[in-house]
Amino acid sequence: MEDVKGSDGLGDTELRLGLPGTSTATRSAKRALPEGDEESHDELRRTSAAKAQVVGWPPIRSYRKNSFPGRKVEAEAAAGLYVKVSMDGAPYLRKIDLGVYKGYKELREGLDNMFKCFSLAELSRREGGSGSEYAITYEDKDGDLMLVGDVPWEMFISSCKRLRIMKGSEARGLNSRH
Amino acid sequence: MREERSDMSEDEDGGGGVEQKERWGPSHGGGCCGSAKSRGGVWTDPPPPFSDQVLENVLENVLQFLACRRDRNAASLVCRSWYRAEAQTRGELFIGNCYAVSPRRAADRFRRVRSVVLKGKPRFADFGLVPLGWGAHFSPWASAMAAAYPWLERICLKRMSIADDDLSLLAFSFPFFKDLTLICCDGFGTPGLAVIAEKCRHLRVLDLIEASLEEEEEDEVVDWISKFPQTTTNLETLGFDCVVSTVNFEALEALVALSPALRQLRVNHHVTVDQLFRLMVRAPQLTHLGTGSFGPPAALVLQGDVMEDEADLVSAFAASKSIVSLSGFRDVASQYLPAIYPVCANLTTLNFSYTEITADELKPVIHHCHNLRKFWVLDTVRDEGLQAVAAACKDLRELRVFPLNATEDSEGFVSDVGLAAVSQGCRRLRSILYFCQQMTNKAVITMSKNCQELVVFRLCIMGRHLPDHHTKEPMDEGFGAIVMNCKKLTRLAVSGLLTDKAFGYIGKYGKLIRTLSVAFAGDSDVGLRYVLEGCPKLQKLEIRDSPFGDPALLSGIHQYYNMRFLWMNSCKLSIRGCRDVAQRLPRLVVEVIRDRPEADDETVEKLYMYRSLAGPRNDAPPFVKIL
Repeated sequence: MEDVKGSDGLGDTELRLGLPGTSTATRSAKRALPEGDEESHDELRRTSAAKAQVVGWPPIRSYRKNSFPGRKVEAEAAAGLYVKVSMDGAPYLRKIDLGVYKGYKELREGLDNMFKCFSLAELSRREGGSGSEYAITYEDKDGDLMLVGDVPWEMFISSCKRLRIMKGSEARGLNSRH
Repeated sequence: MREERSDMSEDEDGGGGVEQKERWGPSHGGGCCGSAKSRGGVWTDPPPPFSDQVLENVLENVLQFLACRRDRNAASLVCRSWYRAEAQTRGELFIGNCYAVSPRRAADRFRRVRSVVLKGKPRFADFGLVPLGWGAHFSPWASAMAAAYPWLERICLKRMSIADDDLSLLAFSFPFFKDLTLICCDGFGTPGLAVIAEKCRHLRVLDLIEASLEEEEEDEVVDWISKFPQTTTNLETLGFDCVVSTVNFEALEALVALSPALRQLRVNHHVTVDQLFRLMVRAPQLTHLGTGSFGPPAALVLQGDVMEDEADLVSAFAASKSIVSLSGFRDVASQYLPAIYPVCANLTTLNFSYTEITADELKPVIHHCHNLRKFWVLDTVRDEGLQAVAAACKDLRELRVFPLNATEDSEGFVSDVGLAAVSQGCRRLRSILYFCQQMTNKAVITMSKNCQELVVFRLCIMGRHLPDHHTKEPMDEGFGAIVMNCKKLTRLAVSGLLTDKAFGYIGKYGKLIRTLSVAFAGDSDVGLRYVLEGCPKLQKLEIRDSPFGDPALLSGIHQYYNMRFLWMNSCKLSIRGCRDVAQRLPRLVVEVIRDRPEADDETVEKLYMYRSLAGPRNDAPPFVKIL
């Protein structure tokens, strides 16, 4: 099966309809999947889709879904804390699940891997980011632009709405009181 | 009293036929009515000779008694005379797809309509699959009806977009307006409700069911309850449990006091248990009660009837000897739940589907409910709770078990055990909707054998492509048994790991199936082909994320004029295939809906096609392409 997400790392960037594991319309419509393939296909589908939420599934009306405010947090936790990550100068955004990282270090490593074009090791709050090319910032619940790393990790993942990797020069102004 | 289904579902509409008003196929109809084939336009024949006129008058008097729309459709096909007579006497107009016919045309044919039922968006719109602004606007219908039916009394709308202005138009155009029922509608807000309350002096029914009112800031919310007349009203049904904003309680209480005919009252979650108490004291004649929050009182009530403690609440229920239906319980505090015991034995409907209760909290209640016919509940009651239901509710006809956490990888609270237990205890079950995380073919087969009366079987195994929990096999045999053994089945929703074999069973045995919902199922085009070739009564087919492509789509050409609609999203369709269908079937509107502007032109993300006399609609938004 050629359409599996992540097998060569480029799967993530492919613009595609439907779920990872389902085929696009460009594939031959006549091909029937042999039984054996179907099983491993499912395995792959299930694991790769484990955290991805599908629109409209399970089929519950939003009216009903929104009726349990207390549960919403749990549902979100189960579903993954996906936030968009943009990088100044990059042509498209990425999306990451903050829930898979244990702390800032893992997050930086993950982002480093994803964008590969800057060295985060040099980025330090104490240095004020002055020696590095890029800074990781995030937009919080109130819509404010904050520097990543100031608050405890748990607080960060519950208030982070999106991440932005910006040029170090622009980030300098965020380094206020610490 | 006319039998009414409050959710406008057609699942138990009894037999046969399609609810079309004009014939579609090439070879239907014969004799003098061969020309009743849809050719557009209205009958504008010269007046018939005298004896024919007499016959028509007689006919009209006879046809008055014909209520069922399918019978009326059949009668209208006999000949022109019958067609005219039927058109003059049809009192209720049912339009299953608002785009299937133009408002003008409907109004031209049926001149004396008192009641209109109109359905809009496809059902998958409920799950966010239809982009906002797609359509189903009520405005053109409102205008046409305002001009044509000054005597209009009743309107029921399902999945339509309604503006406050439309409600205003209704209120001002129909002086005898009595009943307004809105199910899963959106676009309007409290200003619209205010006009209805204020201007419709004969209002008997105002029923909002799962409507999504427009979001309004605090200062935008209109106190619509206060707009009702300050005199005795004819109100029989008032349902606003889905209205998010608070209502003026004093005004509500006054309204209830002035409405001696009130039988059905469903309040929203802002109404606390002590407020509910006051309402119940004013309306002991209620038959249907939506209890709001059923949670602890918020503020002190200063005068009049005051609920001191739970005992007061119990006596209020004891005094309400006519209650047969209970719902609400949004924030139920468990100490109040026993208050409903006095009415349990009379209950035919109980809706706990917004109530997070455990099996232990459910058992003492359900134990009393031996007359229950319809039960909706959350899966928090677990298999154990369902076993209690099976033991107590021997006459149960409809069961719906909803998930608390509607996510794929949530922990499932009910399973095959609950399903099997229900099938053991509730042999007269007709309709089931069951959400779970694990299921076995064995349990489904057991249900197929125990519940022979099943008309609606909807099983949603929430994890996609999940096989039988024990054997790890596909769920083909389970669903196969359902279609094989439940000979009255008209509606089916499938889930779990399914191969083409399951569809083979459906095509072979599902001869009465009218509605079929498919998600993440099947292996190839063969699956869809089985269904399209095997199910002659198919009306509504909705499919998502299944590997069906153009060849499968084309295999249904013979069928599409007999169906109300076909919906397919995230399948393997291409523009070529859809265009092919559109060219071969000129009376079919083929809509290709695109979610993302950057998606390429060849792929079809979403297909919605339906027969229509009106041709391509002129209100399609940019993301809809009509082929």
